[in-house]
Amino acid sequence: MAFSEERLKKVSEIVARYPEGKQKSALIPVLHLAQEQFGWLSAATMDYVASLLSLEPIEVYEVATFYSMFNLKPVGKYMFEVCQTGPCMINGSDDIIAYIGEKLGIKPGETTSDGMFTLKAVECLGACGYAPMMQLGKFYREHLTREKVDAIIAECRSNAAANN
Amino acid sequence: MGVKLLLDKAHIEGIRTYEVYRQNGGYASVEKALKMTPEAIVEEVKKSGLRGRGGAGFPTGMKWSFIAKPEGVPRHLVCNADESEPGTFKDRYLMEFIPHLLIEGLIVSSFALGSSATYIYIRGEYAWIPDILEQAIAEAKANGWLGKNILNTGFDCEIYVQRGAGAYICGEETALIESLEGKRGNPRIKPPFPAVKGVWDRPTVVNNVETLAAVVPVINMGGEEYAKIGVGRSTGTKLISACGNINKPGVFEIDMTISVEEFIYSDEYCGGIANGKRLKACIPGGSSVPILPANLLLKTAKGETRYMNYESLSDGGFATGSMMGSGGFIVLDEDQCVVKNTYTLARFYRHESCGQCSPCREGTGWMEKILKKIDSGKGTREDIDLLWDIQRKIEGNTICPLGDAAAWPVAAAIRHFRDEFEWHVDHPEECLRRNYGLAHYADEREVLA
Repeated sequence: MAFSEERLKKVSEIVARYPEGKQKSALIPVLHLAQEQFGWLSAATMDYVASLLSLEPIEVYEVATFYSMFNLKPVGKYMFEVCQTGPCMINGSDDIIAYIGEKLGIKPGETTSDGMFTLKAVECLGACGYAPMMQLGKFYREHLTREKVDAIIAECRSNAAANN
Repeated sequence: MGVKLLLDKAHIEGIRTYEVYRQNGGYASVEKALKMTPEAIVEEVKKSGLRGRGGAGFPTGMKWSFIAKPEGVPRHLVCNADESEPGTFKDRYLMEFIPHLLIEGLIVSSFALGSSATYIYIRGEYAWIPDILEQAIAEAKANGWLGKNILNTGFDCEIYVQRGAGAYICGEETALIESLEGKRGNPRIKPPFPAVKGVWDRPTVVNNVETLAAVVPVINMGGEEYAKIGVGRSTGTKLISACGNINKPGVFEIDMTISVEEFIYSDEYCGGIANGKRLKACIPGGSSVPILPANLLLKTAKGETRYMNYESLSDGGFATGSMMGSGGFIVLDEDQCVVKNTYTLARFYRHESCGQCSPCREGTGWMEKILKKIDSGKGTREDIDLLWDIQRKIEGNTICPLGDAAAWPVAAAIRHFRDEFEWHVDHPEECLRRNYGLAHYADEREVLA
């Protein structure tokens, strides 16, 4: 359980943005770094982050459990976070969520048995004019249709195969 | 074609890069402002009548003049880019397509407020935008607009981008400050206000992205000229993000003199209702402001034309009006169900309540459950009254405005669409078959072929 040299350097850069002794401000950015490296935040990962920033572990737990982007259990290699709030709902997000679930054989909140895909129904992501939409990794996929969903699933499978 | 001050250059090829932005007059406001005194800049912003574009509409110059200046204590400007109000996606557009405009506004505003370390707090889900902003910051710094001794004035300034991690509440300024300090986003009790005790207990001003970008035209034009655009206390331009059942969803810059009808039906803006349907209802300022049926949206209760500005949208108070809010304009056509829509919004607020105040923590959960029950055809008439009762007990009884934001959409839906709720209760079988809305609220105009 440790960050790469590159990530440790990034942690120092982030801490330097705040006044002396206020390194706790780096907590959310550093949790993002940890999640990028380990995929989710285990208790051991959170303890490691606490040691990096000279915090009590509880200070890390209470933050990690508050923010919805932090995964407190393992998730699939590709996470489909489909918005379900009003503006997306009136543009058919319910149908998109049901279709993805059907295609992958999982319900919102579940991960496929091969660990490839997680489906999540999430609240407003700020792309209401481009609905229905989802977050996939760092980017948004917008104006979703059943055909686009098929293409995205195929794209993920082929990327995964190429990386193996 | 209305006046454009923020997005007039957003479509120029390569405007994201420093060179193109600078060639098109970028950073002129910094050159001008750094020759002024900070007090004179605050005066210009006051004269401009610029009001906070995040939702509350508080006069920006006045907010700036409240910042405490104790000897030897650093002050901070924090840019609120935690855009999370359903229906709102204007700040994202501005940051994504013309990032240097925000950086320019931040430099001028930092100078006016005396902030040498300025932070942009951006919602975590906008994960690709920090790269765009950091690129713009690096370019600005390489060209002497940031860093030490900017333009030989002795003013030092750095801008840092900080990502949140998924919490609507962090758009509330004291929750944002808590989050920036590495804590849960629990709003603070005010007073003390951030202007006195903000981030790390230092005097802090928190302003929305669009507000800070608007400081650029205010300085370039001068406050008095800026104030001539628009009408009454709605000065300058406003970004509106339009979505829902319209032909042209997207971000539009308006000068606040156009009517709601023109905004919805003109090809310059929303381009009319999609699929030849009729307008039923609209939430004109982000999900927390009251929903209005078509007749009250297009005309006020007095029968006057309603305009896209702060005063006109709130004409009639909550009884017959709504609010400008964040500019998130959500349009519902005649097929949409107000009960179902309200249910998704109640679910949103339950999910986003920080849990600190019991009226909000418990009340949002109850509202979601009851709305789900009515939406799925299992509700009773008493449930509608209970829902009304709960929203009244949340409003005004919490530390921050999230409680109000959760209560208002429920209140307005019942106030204006009560018979749609009753229809759900009385027709359980039909409710289960499909989401059913009552079309008799729709605008009566002829549907254009």
